[in-house]
Amino acid sequence: MEKHITTPITKEVTKTLKSGDYVYISGVIYTARDAAHKKMSETLAEGKELPLDIKNQMIYYMGPSPAREGRPIGSAGPTTASRMDKYAPALLDLGLGAMIGKGKRTKAVQDAIVRNDAVYFAAVGGAGALLSKCIKKAEVIAYDDLGTEAIRRLEVEDFPVIVVIDCEGNNLYETAIKEYAEV
Amino acid sequence: MRIINVEEVTKNIKEMCIEANHFLSKDMDIALKNAVQTEKSPLGKQILNQLQENLQIAGDDMIPICQDTGMAVVFLEIGQDVHFEGGLLEEAVNEGIRQGYTEGFLRKSVVNDPIIRENTKDNTPGIIHYKIVEGDQVKIKVAPKGFGSENMSRVFMLKPADGIEGVKEAVLTAVRDAGPNACPPMVVGVGIGGTFEKCAIMAKEALTREVGSHSDIPYVADLEKELLEKINKSGIGPGGLGGTTTALAVNVNTYPTHIAGLPVGVNICCHVNRHAIRII
Repeated sequence: MEKHITTPITKEVTKTLKSGDYVYISGVIYTARDAAHKKMSETLAEGKELPLDIKNQMIYYMGPSPAREGRPIGSAGPTTASRMDKYAPALLDLGLGAMIGKGKRTKAVQDAIVRNDAVYFAAVGGAGALLSKCIKKAEVIAYDDLGTEAIRRLEVEDFPVIVVIDCEGNNLYETAIKEYAEV
Repeated sequence: MRIINVEEVTKNIKEMCIEANHFLSKDMDIALKNAVQTEKSPLGKQILNQLQENLQIAGDDMIPICQDTGMAVVFLEIGQDVHFEGGLLEEAVNEGIRQGYTEGFLRKSVVNDPIIRENTKDNTPGIIHYKIVEGDQVKIKVAPKGFGSENMSRVFMLKPADGIEGVKEAVLTAVRDAGPNACPPMVVGVGIGGTFEKCAIMAKEALTREVGSHSDIPYVADLEKELLEKINKSGIGPGGLGGTTTALAVNVNTYPTHIAGLPVGVNICCHVNRHAIRII
C-alpha cells in the first residue's frame, strides 16, 4: 500500500505501517552511520546527552558524497544497516521512531523494534542520485570532524522507502523471498 | 621500447574514476534494462525502474550513481616494452585517484589504518594490481568498489573431493548470505583455483569482464549459466525484497592449483558494477 507520512513519526503512525508498504516521507530526518553511532554510544555510556533528541525521530544510515555547487547534497543512498545493529536497540529504547537503511537486522534489533513500536524502512540501495533529489536541505549538526559520517539534519520531500520490519515484527526480507523462491 | 610519461597515467585514471562513478558501462546498462522486462515481482519491477531513473539522473546532473563511490581498484596490464618516466608509477596512479575523487565530488571513503581509522580525505591509496604482458601498451582498468557488497564476499578453501558441486554450493551460500545487504541485482565474480590470494584476485577481475560474456572453457561457461539460473531462483530479487532478478551475471575465472586444494573466491558486486577500461 502507498502511504505518505511526515516526521516526527509517532507510535500512532508507526502502528499503521505494515511490512511491504511503500511510504513517502516528508519532513526532517537525521543521518548517522558507523562512526556517529560509535560516538553516540560512548556519549550515552558517559551519562551525557546525545547531540539530538531522538524521540520520534528517524535516523537514515547514510554518508553522502560531496555536494556540487548549488546543491544541498551529493549522492545520498542508504548504507548497510547491520553495521549499526550493535547500537540500534539502545537508541530505540530511548524513543527513536524509525531507521532507514538497507539489509538484514539482528534478532535483537527486531525485538527492540517490536518492544518500542518502531519501524525499519529500506531505501533502494545504489539509487543515491535519485534519492538526493528528494533532499531539499542538509546541514551538519554534530561531529563535523567525521566528514561524510557526521550527523546531518535533512529536510526531505516524498523520500521513497519500503517498510521492511513493522512494529509487529513482520519482516519483508523473509516473507517476500519465500514468495519468489523456486528451490 | 616505448616511453610513457606517468602523467598520462594520472590523467587517465582521474578521468576514469569520474566516468565510472557516473556512467555504467554499456553491458551493465543493457543487463539492467533487460531485467526491467523480465522481472516478475511488481515491487521488484518498481525498484528496477527506480534504478533506471537513478542512472539517468546520475548522468544528466553528474551526481554519483551511488554515494559509496568505492575504494578505487586499479588493474594495470603493462606491456614489457614500455618504459615509464616522470616519476613513480604507483604515485602516479594514486595521484589520479586523488584528483578524480577530489575534483569529481566523489566520496572519500578510505581510512589510513584498519584499526585507527582516520580518513585520508582523498580516497587514496587505491588497490593496485600489476600484470606484465607482451607489447608496448598499457591497459588500465579502474573499478571503484563499494563495500556493501565487498563485505559479503568470501573465500572458501574447498577440498579437491568437493569438486564442481562444492563450488556451486559455495557460490550459492555466499549469495544467499549476502541477500539484501549486497544491493541486488548483483554481479557475482568467482575465481576458482590458484592459491588463497589468487582466487580472490581472479574473482575481483571477473567482475570487470563484460556482463553477458562467457568463459572460453566450455564447462566454465556452463557453470556460469547454471549458477545464474540457480541464483535467480533464490527469490532474493531487486533490493532483496523478493523477485526473479537476483543477479545479472556470474563471471567465473579459473587458474591451475595445487594437488591438495580447491580455492574458491566469491566477490560480490552490487548493481553498480563500475568499471572503466582504457588502453594507452
